[in-house]
Amino acid sequence: MELLEQIADQLEKGQAATVAQLTTEAISAEIPAAEILNGGLIAGMDLVGEKFRKHEVFLPHVLLAAKAMHAGMELIKPLLMRDGVRRVGKAVLGTVRGDQHDIGKNLVGIMLEGAGFEVLDLGTDVAPERFVEAALAGGATVIGMSALLTTTMPVMREVIELINERELRGRLRTVIGGAPVTEDYAREIGADAYAFDGVSAVDRIRDLVAGGPGLLGGP
Amino acid sequence: MRPTLRFLTDELAERIIAEARDLLCGLGLGIHSKRALGLLGDHGARVDAAGRHAWFTSDLIDRALDAAPPSFELFDAFGNQTHDLGGDRVHFTPASSAIYYLDPDTGRMRRPTTADYVRYAKVVSRLPDIAAQSTAFIPADVPTEVQDSYRLFLGLFHCAKPIITGAFSAAGFALMQDLLMIVRGSPDALAEKPFAIFSCAPTTPLTWSETTSENLLDCAVAGIPVEIPTMPLAGFTSPVTVAGTLALHAAETMSGVILAQLAAPGAKVLYGGSPAPFDIRYETTPMGAAETWLMDAGLNEIGKRLNLPTQAYMALSDAKALDAQAGLETGMGAVVAVLSGINSISGPGMLDFENCQSVEKLVVDHEIVGLALRLARGIIPREDFPVRPRIEELLSEKHLLISEHSLKHLAAEHHFPGPILERANQSRWLEEGASTLPQRARDQADALVASWQPPGFESEVFAGLIERMTAACRAHGQDELPELDN
Repeated sequence: MELLEQIADQLEKGQAATVAQLTTEAISAEIPAAEILNGGLIAGMDLVGEKFRKHEVFLPHVLLAAKAMHAGMELIKPLLMRDGVRRVGKAVLGTVRGDQHDIGKNLVGIMLEGAGFEVLDLGTDVAPERFVEAALAGGATVIGMSALLTTTMPVMREVIELINERELRGRLRTVIGGAPVTEDYAREIGADAYAFDGVSAVDRIRDLVAGGPGLLGGP
Repeated sequence: MRPTLRFLTDELAERIIAEARDLLCGLGLGIHSKRALGLLGDHGARVDAAGRHAWFTSDLIDRALDAAPPSFELFDAFGNQTHDLGGDRVHFTPASSAIYYLDPDTGRMRRPTTADYVRYAKVVSRLPDIAAQSTAFIPADVPTEVQDSYRLFLGLFHCAKPIITGAFSAAGFALMQDLLMIVRGSPDALAEKPFAIFSCAPTTPLTWSETTSENLLDCAVAGIPVEIPTMPLAGFTSPVTVAGTLALHAAETMSGVILAQLAAPGAKVLYGGSPAPFDIRYETTPMGAAETWLMDAGLNEIGKRLNLPTQAYMALSDAKALDAQAGLETGMGAVVAVLSGINSISGPGMLDFENCQSVEKLVVDHEIVGLALRLARGIIPREDFPVRPRIEELLSEKHLLISEHSLKHLAAEHHFPGPILERANQSRWLEEGASTLPQRARDQADALVASWQPPGFESEVFAGLIERMTAACRAHGQDELPELDN
């Protein structure tokens, strides 16, 4: 098995120490960091994601794989910066104003990082302006919002309206989720995407970053 | 601590047993087998041979009950132990001998065929929480005289699990014994590692027919375990009360235990039952009634007090389709059965007062069984204390999803049902096709059939089974066995 395949295989198995060791070997073998990222680390996360979707593995497996991804990423991060390789994408996450529930949002953050994204986690009780300003300041292209309460869901609409007012639509794309949130609601308020769990959030954000149409048919 | 349900006080249980003994000694039983009457006479019972009646004695009852084993083991077709029937250990098997089959295409009950039975046997072989197969229904495409044996033949041919069965006649028993022997090799091997239990039930009130009593004695002599699923109907063929029915049930079931011990001391017997209240509105015998569960739980307590392993027909339903009634009646029965500690629970798959088996319901019931078995495992500390380090880990990591403690104990602590029970959130469920429970059950049954593997017998065993069964069918006018699709 080639080195990158081994990295993907061990990452899928959640073996952080082995992934780190193999990544070091790959760096020593002068395999470009971008190849290690795409052909090894992200390929392994894709395998786990696929198995999760098929109900063959469950959340802990995904998180263990994400941890292994992190172990590899730490080693190649300086090389990626040196080579000017862009990360998969950058997203701002937060639970909306008035809402302190963060379990789902945290899971999305862990999985996004595991999938190679940079994540700016704003925590809970996040005001609309803070979402937008943090995204602009940090160079993020996606804002992920979470809410557990029906009473706080309307804040998601406020964020999207703010994006529209400031003519940032297209530059900042939005994905929403949380127990009371539905795809219909996402369409109603003009969100770009809706995700019903952590893995689907990664899929949706990946699509949005790649310029996918989202719910509204385009960036 | 294993959670346990109890419904009888010591005083009430003792009173029920005393009343049963009084019935056995004072009223006696109708017994239509000369051999059984002879055995009873030889052991001190008063016998009216002409009137085919016998009155037990207290001494005979005591000696026979003392001889009965408090537990016994069951094995699969290859001699691997699958059951330890005793204590509060529980094992599930599909309910037996339905005359109808729920057609998965039409949703209607119809007479079953060989193809239905093969589908059933393949599915039951793939359900890990269903410990035994049973001759669950009666294929109608072979001569009536061999239908009991044919069920056993199909079961043995397609599934290595031990089998709960029963003969419809003395001749049927001989043929069934032959089939078991082809798999196990010899009578001694069959007795040493039994892999079939025969059902032999008295007729309420207080009667043993010739066929069932002869079956009972034959099994005892051959070392084949027996279950005695006595079937009083409260308010019709037994007192309207649960307590009164339990007394009559105890007399009838004890009489079977005693007969088996007289034929072969140490004979393996399950103190069983399939009691029900009689529904005077519809003239039916509901197996999903609260009184049924009380009677079953009560008879289990009586059996345990007599130091016997137990059996009951529970975890089944009177519904006519795979609907909410089927789920609730099966589920509640399963929970009561498991928490009562009934050793052999006959029920999954069954509908309509034990008249109709459904493979799709069996697949659903397997999930119910899994949940009930988890309930019975109770609450067990697993390196939980002191708990503070774990909570500190939680506060630091924000979750315990991949904590060492979680990864180590997740599988033992959390029971994950199969694909039948929908646990995805609504959005995921919609995205994955918004399937209904009957659809998922059908899909799962199909998947289990597709993944079925034949039992790993030597080819001579398969050939021997076919040869013996074909000969039996020919003797009754059918030259060839139906297509087995194997």
